[in-house]
Order: sequence, then structure tokens, then C-alpha cells
Amino acid sequence: MELTLSILIGTMTASAVYLLLRARTFPVVLGLSLLGYAVNIFLFASGGLTRNSAPLVEHGLKNLPDPLPQALVLTAIVIGFGMTAFLVVLALRALRDLGDDRVDGGGEE
Amino acid sequence: MLFLLVCLPFLGALAVYPASRYLHIHPSLVSGLTATLGLILVIHNGMAVYEGDLLLNQQQWMPAIGLSLSFRLDGLGLLFAELILGIGVLVIFYARYYLTEAEAGPRLYAFLLLFMGAMLGLVLAENLLLMLVFWELTSLASFLLIGFRRQDAEARQGARLALFVTGGGGFALLAALIILGQIVGSYELSDVLTSRELVANHPLYPLILVLFLLGVGTKSAQFPFHFWLPHAMAAPTPVSAYLHSATMVKAGIFLLGRFFPVLAGTDLWFYLVSGMGLSTLLLGAYYALFQHDLKGLLAYSTISHLGLITLLFGLGTPLGEVAAVFHVINHAVFKASLFMAAGIIDHESGTRDMRKLNGLFKYMPYTAVLAMVAAAAMAGVPLLNGFLSKEMFFGETVALSWLGEASWHWLFPLAATLAGILAVAYSLRFIHDVFFNGEPRDLPKLPHEPPRWMKVPVEILVVLCIGVGMFPNYTVRPLLEAAAGAVLQQPLPEFSLSIWHGFTPPLIMSLIAMGAGIALYGGRKWVISVHDRLPLQLNGKWMAERMLESLFSFGAKIDRLLDNRSLQRYNFLLLISAVAVGAFALQGETLFGSGEATPASIPALVGGFLLAAGSVTTAALHGRRLVAVIMLGLVGLITSLLFAYFSAPDLALTQLLVEIVTVILVLLAMYFLPQTTPPVSNLGLVSRDVLLGIVAGIGVGILCYSMLMQQGESISSYYLAQSKPGGGGTNVVNVILVDFRGFDTMGEITVLGIAAVGIFAMIQGLVLKGPRQDWRGGAWARDPHPVLLVTVSKLLLPIALLVSVFLFLRGHNEPGGGFVAGLVTGVALILQYIAEGSDDTRPRLPWNYLGLIGAGVLIAVLTGLGSWLFGFPFLTTSFTYVTLPIVGKFELASALLFDLGVYLAVVGTVLLILSGIGGLSRREREA
Repeated sequence: MELTLSILIGTMTASAVYLLLRARTFPVVLGLSLLGYAVNIFLFASGGLTRNSAPLVEHGLKNLPDPLPQALVLTAIVIGFGMTAFLVVLALRALRDLGDDRVDGGGEE
Repeated sequence: MLFLLVCLPFLGALAVYPASRYLHIHPSLVSGLTATLGLILVIHNGMAVYEGDLLLNQQQWMPAIGLSLSFRLDGLGLLFAELILGIGVLVIFYARYYLTEAEAGPRLYAFLLLFMGAMLGLVLAENLLLMLVFWELTSLASFLLIGFRRQDAEARQGARLALFVTGGGGFALLAALIILGQIVGSYELSDVLTSRELVANHPLYPLILVLFLLGVGTKSAQFPFHFWLPHAMAAPTPVSAYLHSATMVKAGIFLLGRFFPVLAGTDLWFYLVSGMGLSTLLLGAYYALFQHDLKGLLAYSTISHLGLITLLFGLGTPLGEVAAVFHVINHAVFKASLFMAAGIIDHESGTRDMRKLNGLFKYMPYTAVLAMVAAAAMAGVPLLNGFLSKEMFFGETVALSWLGEASWHWLFPLAATLAGILAVAYSLRFIHDVFFNGEPRDLPKLPHEPPRWMKVPVEILVVLCIGVGMFPNYTVRPLLEAAAGAVLQQPLPEFSLSIWHGFTPPLIMSLIAMGAGIALYGGRKWVISVHDRLPLQLNGKWMAERMLESLFSFGAKIDRLLDNRSLQRYNFLLLISAVAVGAFALQGETLFGSGEATPASIPALVGGFLLAAGSVTTAALHGRRLVAVIMLGLVGLITSLLFAYFSAPDLALTQLLVEIVTVILVLLAMYFLPQTTPPVSNLGLVSRDVLLGIVAGIGVGILCYSMLMQQGESISSYYLAQSKPGGGGTNVVNVILVDFRGFDTMGEITVLGIAAVGIFAMIQGLVLKGPRQDWRGGAWARDPHPVLLVTVSKLLLPIALLVSVFLFLRGHNEPGGGFVAGLVTGVALILQYIAEGSDDTRPRLPWNYLGLIGAGVLIAVLTGLGSWLFGFPFLTTSFTYVTLPIVGKFELASALLFDLGVYLAVVGTVLLILSGIGGLSRREREA
């Protein structure tokens, strides 16, 4: 399971990095979103992979997942949304102000 | 007490402007009173120092790096503090009459006080690092003072040059003192001063000394770093009088005295310090003779006198140190008065050019007498203070050559005599050229005596020159003994301060200097013409400026290399650096621990495959944007399933909802953005990026695998155990968010709010053109209110809101909470927008979304503050239990209120962003 997850995160990162390097704003937004997923899963996985449980202490403390990465990732997801939204609006603004959806308004293509 | 003393000028500097602006108190009054108060405090505290006490004032600041707010008042510090404050008072007084209000204003006085505080801190610091802080502050403050006439290009250049040289020296000093502190094991001066053996025998001692002298030499204008000082004369004269007599340039000298007990006494010290001093002494004196500008003459003579003091420190003999400290006092007194006199002449005649100034005695006899006495002190004429220390200096050089340790030591008395001759000649030039020597030549103004009060500071200083010169044992001796004792850190040698010692070699040297100096001045026309014809003119300023220029152009080259104004390229550099740093950090690490792998299950493999395929497809098909968005949505949904699969219900919920709003957001934006990405022709670039992506992916994969295979105890057992008894909830994730790490959450919703405000600002006035047709070329469907959606959304809204309340209330114990509930509410309301359009929806949601976010953050903060009322730390939770039907028994905690803040902030953010972008299309229709 650990190996599968690592390969998965690696694949997501690779795709995200490729998208981040594109010349147009839209793929960069997608890339950042994708990288966000990869990072979140990575952080989440740092608490170990626990099956068939939940971080609820009502029924004792046995076989509980690590709640700390979960709490951190939870806010990271919401902030990730804020960042994606910021980038999207920045892209729209750049489209208006530069008349183009290029990342640089010219340059490497 | 000492701490307050050091703070005093800084407080004064802050008070100067408001006092003059609002209370109409002249800034010189505020600053003058501040300095006077400081002087009184120093004198009062100094009483104990004369008895041999050492005042220490220690206070921790940053103990981790050895920085403390410690101050000490010993003899040396006392002497310098008195000079700084005493001459400071006189300079402020002088500036009051010298500069008009329009010229000076509060700015000058505030800078003067700032500089005064920096100097005071430097001389009173006990901690080496603190000393460095003040050292740099003196460089900065002097930069402001030298460049005070900022409209004047020369002043700006002079200021920059001074900052460049002294700031560069500051770096060296920083390194020296840090190494010193590391060797000693403490940054406290008391420890450092007693560690001479340790330091002098350390292999790094030569390095420390060289770096230390770089700092000292640059600040105290020692050859070959002397060139900045003459250019600093572009400062207003009161500033020059202050900086170049008692303070700025004496800072390096002060350090020589301060660290004398640790660093001196080696051959290396002798050669380096006395060599530097000797060359500066001669060079300064030589150049002083050829200046035509009054202040230029004084500047070079200052350089020369600083060289003299450095040389005395370099000799390393106990009596030499006494002479050095003595000359510090004398030079400060006569040089300050000379600068002020030069300023008066400039002020009343309109020029400082000695080729024009002649015969001023007739016009300003009183000032002339004052200036002549001070200049005579500079030349070392008997009965004046300069004579005494110069005599001691001559004596020390003679003693050195008689000791005969090296045959060439006879050079020292020779050089000293030569410098004496030159000093007499340039002092004579100052007197004779200006006040006699015929009639003035086309002066801009008819010279006359200055206002009465302008002369007072000069008078005081001249009286000091005479007082010290005639009655040294009654005036200066106690201070001198205290200061020299602090330098030597051992009992003082016997020395006598008197005018007549008999017919000794120093006296003969003095007589030779007088006679030859007068002769040299007599033949000045010939000497000057020879000097002017010398082919080699050292121009340090030119060299420093070339250096600075090449540094800048080098920087510009590097900049051009990295920066071609392409963000895409930045991105590439950033990512490749990240990969490189990661690879470097992983080098040689044991990557894979012995953790036990869990077996993979079929659903996990299927999900993983879909997730991987989804991301790769997103990347591969990003040109067809709608497809890419659908793929990204798939990735988000499976991520949510992954969280659920691995026991994270809260994350699964949050991810699911965020995925929905993200897709809505991206779709809204797509309406305006081009619908496809044009294909890229440069395949090399594409393969480069693919390669970087693969390398980064492999790196992250390895990192992830190695992390998962580590074994170790998590810190989370604390949270699990304390969640119920400490936080009152069973959903540990939520308890962490609103309680244990509530402070983090508060920061996070604030960040979210800031993002929303930024988006709000960017949307203002944004009008975009939507597409006329879809990417296949078909007509764009414009069905504003699809009936099915309207119906369903109407039905859904109350249910969704109810669910969100439910999720919110049970959040502390079961999956849910403010974030999730906020997202549910946000999605439900956004659905209304989508179904019915913002024209119909907005009036029904009459809140200001920005206000909603603000209210949310405010509630969170106030909840945190609330616990203060009950005497608990910020964000302490208190709770009780309440039972409601359906929801069951739940906890009513202050954490719930905090969660309400989170909820509101999230709802506000989601609505603000989505309705804002959605509203753009309406603006487009209106436009």
C-alpha cells in the first residue's frame, strides 16, 4: 500500500509540475490545484495509513488514526481553495490588463 | 539606569518632531535638553567610576544567540560618553544659531540625537553583539547626517561613500567579534576582556585581528580607508564638528581602546596597528597642508590625528595608552572648536576657500583669537592641551627607539617629528592665511563678527583647551586615569602631566617641529607648486566609486542572466532549484526504514490507478480545457474517497465540498478565458518540462516512500488522550482545530479572509468579454434559468442548510464542524445563484460578504480574548453539555463560538469569491 501511494503521489507531482510550467494561465491554475492535492495526500500520509477507523475517541483509543495531520490538512484544503480562487481571479485580471492569457505576456512559448 | 541613559537620545529623537510641529517648541531646545539631561546622568553615575567601580547593567534579550541588553560604565565608556554628550550639547547649541529653521528643521536635530544614541550605546555596550548593533546604527545615522542636504549631489555622494566604506568595515567587524565571542564562549565584555591568553594563542587570532582592524580602520579613516572622510565634509558644519571631532571617527579608536586588553601585546598588533597609524599620521598631515578648503584642511588634519592616536595604541606601552587616551580628549576639544570656527568664517564671509580668505582679523578679531588659540592647540604649542599629549607622544616614540629592540625603530621619532613639522605648518596656514596675509579677495559677503551666542560653544571649548593645557592635574587627570585604567586593565604607570619636564628629547623634537614648521609654511608657495606637479595623486574616492560601479554592473549582469522578465522561466528555475535542494538533502541518507508495509487492497489499487490516470490526463489534455477540468474534478473526488478509505471522514467531507466549489470556480473563469490552449511548437521545451516533472515526481515519490517506512512514535497520543478530558469533544480533529491548535486556525481563517479581500479588490472594475460561441464553433447556450435546476435547488436549499446546522453542532464529537458546515452552506447558496442568477439571488442574501468574513474572524478573536476575562490564557476552552433532540447530547463550549467564527468566515469567503466571479458575466452583458 505504501509503495502504491508513493507512486501515486509521485505521478500527481509530475503532472502538476509539468502543468505549472505551461505558458498559459489556465494550465498553471490546474497544476497548482493538482500539486495541492498531491501535497495534501502526502501530509495526510505522514500520519500513517489506518483502515476502518476514524479519529473519534468515543469508543476507546485503540487503532486510531493520527489526528494531527488530518487537522492540518483540513485547513490546508480550505486555504488551497482560497489560493486557487486568488490565482483564477489574477488570471482573469491579467487577461483584461494584458489582453492575453499568457503567463508572461510573451516570452518563452 | 544605563539602559535608560542609552534610550534617552532615541526618545528625544522621537519627541523632536511632534514637539516642534504641535507644541511649537524649537527642536534645538528638545534635543539640547535631552543631551544635557544625559550628560548630567553620566556625570552623576560617573562619580562611582572615579572610585574604580564598574557599573554593570545586565538584562537578557536573546539568550539563544548570546545577545543581551547589557551595558557597562567604566572609565573608557565614561570618557567617551562625556565627550559624546558634552560636545553634543555644544554642537546642538551651535547649530541653533548656525542653521536657519528652514535649513535644519526638526529633521537635523532628530538625526543628531539618533546618532548620539547610537554612539552612546556603542561606548556603553557590555555585550559584543549589542555593540555591533550600535556600531551599524552609527554608520546609518552618519549616512543620514552627511547626506543631510539631500538636494546636493556632493552630499549624497559623500554620504554614500561613507556608508559604503564604514558599512563594509562593519561586516569585517561583525565577523571579528563573532569569532572572538565563539572562542571565548561568551559575548559579554567582562568575560572577553579577561581571556587574553586564550585569544592571543588561538590559531584564529591573526584573522580576528585583521578583520577587527578593517572595521576600526574604515570607521576611523585610517590609511588606506581614509578617503571617505574629506568627502563627508559636504555635511552641514555642525554635523562635521560633531562627527569628526568627538564621535563617529572616534568610534574605531574607542574599539582599539576597548579591546586593547584582549588583542594587544603581540608582534602582529604592533606591526599592523602602529604601521596603520604611522602611515595615516604622515599622509593626513601631508595632505592637510595642500587643502584650499578650510574644512578640507581640518578633515585631513583629523585623519592625521586619528593616525597619531592609532599609532600610540599600536605601540602597546602602558604610557603610550595614557597618551592615546589623553589625545582623544584633546583632539576632540580643539577639533570641535576649529570646525565651529571654520563654520563661523564660512557663515559670515560666504566661502571656505583659503585662497580668497585673507586678512579677516580686521573684520572678526574676536573669532580670530578663538580660532588662533584652537589652531595653536592643534599645532602643539605649549600652555595648550595639544602640547601635553603631543609631548607624551614624542616621548613614547623616543623611548621605543632607545629600547632598541629593532634597529629601524629610530624611524618612529623621525616620523613623529616630521608629522609635528607638518602639523605646525598647516595650523599656521589656518591662522595666517585666513586672518592675515593681505586683504580678502572678492568674498561673497562682507565678513563681520557672528551673533553673540554662536561664539559661546567655541569659547567654552577654547577655555577647556587652555585649562587642560595649563592645569592638567586639576582638570583632566582623574578622568584620564579612569579611562586609561579601563584600557589597560592593570595599575597605571607613573606619569606626570606638566608643562616643563626639563630639557628632554621630546622638547627638542617640539622645538624642531616649531622651527621647521614655520620655515615650511614660509616656503609654502614653492612646496605647493611642487606638490601640484607630482604625477601620482592617490584618489581613494575614485577607486571606491569604480569598485562600487563594477559591483553594481556585476549585479546587473547576474540579474539579466536570471531575469528575462519571464514568470514562466522563474517558475522553471524555482522548481529545478527545489528539486536540486531536495536531491542534495537526501544525499547519503538512509532512505528506507524498516517499517512494515501494509498489503495493498483491490479497491485501493483501482482508486490509485484512477487517480494517477486522472492527473496524467489532466496534464496531457490541458489544451482541451473542459476535459482537463473534468479530469481534475475526478482527481479531487478520488482524493476525497482516499481520505474516507484511510479513516479521515472530516477530510473526505471537506475535500468533497471544496472540490465542488473549485469546479464551479474554474468553470466560471473558463467562460472568460480562451477555451483551448494553442498547441506549443517548441517540442524541446515540452520535453524539458516533462523531464523536470518526472524527476520531481520520482523525488517526491522516494521521499514519500521513505517517510512511510519510518517507524517512530507520533506526538498525537497526547491529543488523543486529552481530547475528551481537556477539550470536551470526541472528534479529535475538530478539537485540535478549535482548541489545541486554535491559534493556527485563527491565522488560517485570517489568511482565507485576506485572499478573499484580494480577490474582491481585483474584481473591482473588472469587465471582461465572454465568448460568442463554444469551442466546437456552436452557438453559446443562453438559458438563464433551467427549470429543473431551479426546482431542485429550491427543494434542496432548506435541507442543505439544515444539514449544515447539523454538521456544525455535532462537529465537536462526530465528523463535521465549522469548516465543513461553512462549505455546505456556501455550496447550497451558490447553487441558488447558479439556478436563479445573481439578479434574483443577491437581494435575498442581503449580507455584505466582506463583513461576514470580518465578523467571523472577529468572533474567533473575541472568543479567544474572552478567556482572558476569566484569567485563562488566550483561547482556553470552557464547556458544558446540552441535549437537543435529534442531534443528541452535545457540548456547548466556547470552542463552539470559535467554530462559529470559522463557519462565518468560510461562508463569506465562498460566497464573495463565487458570486463575485459570477457577477462578472452580468457586468459583461451590461457593458
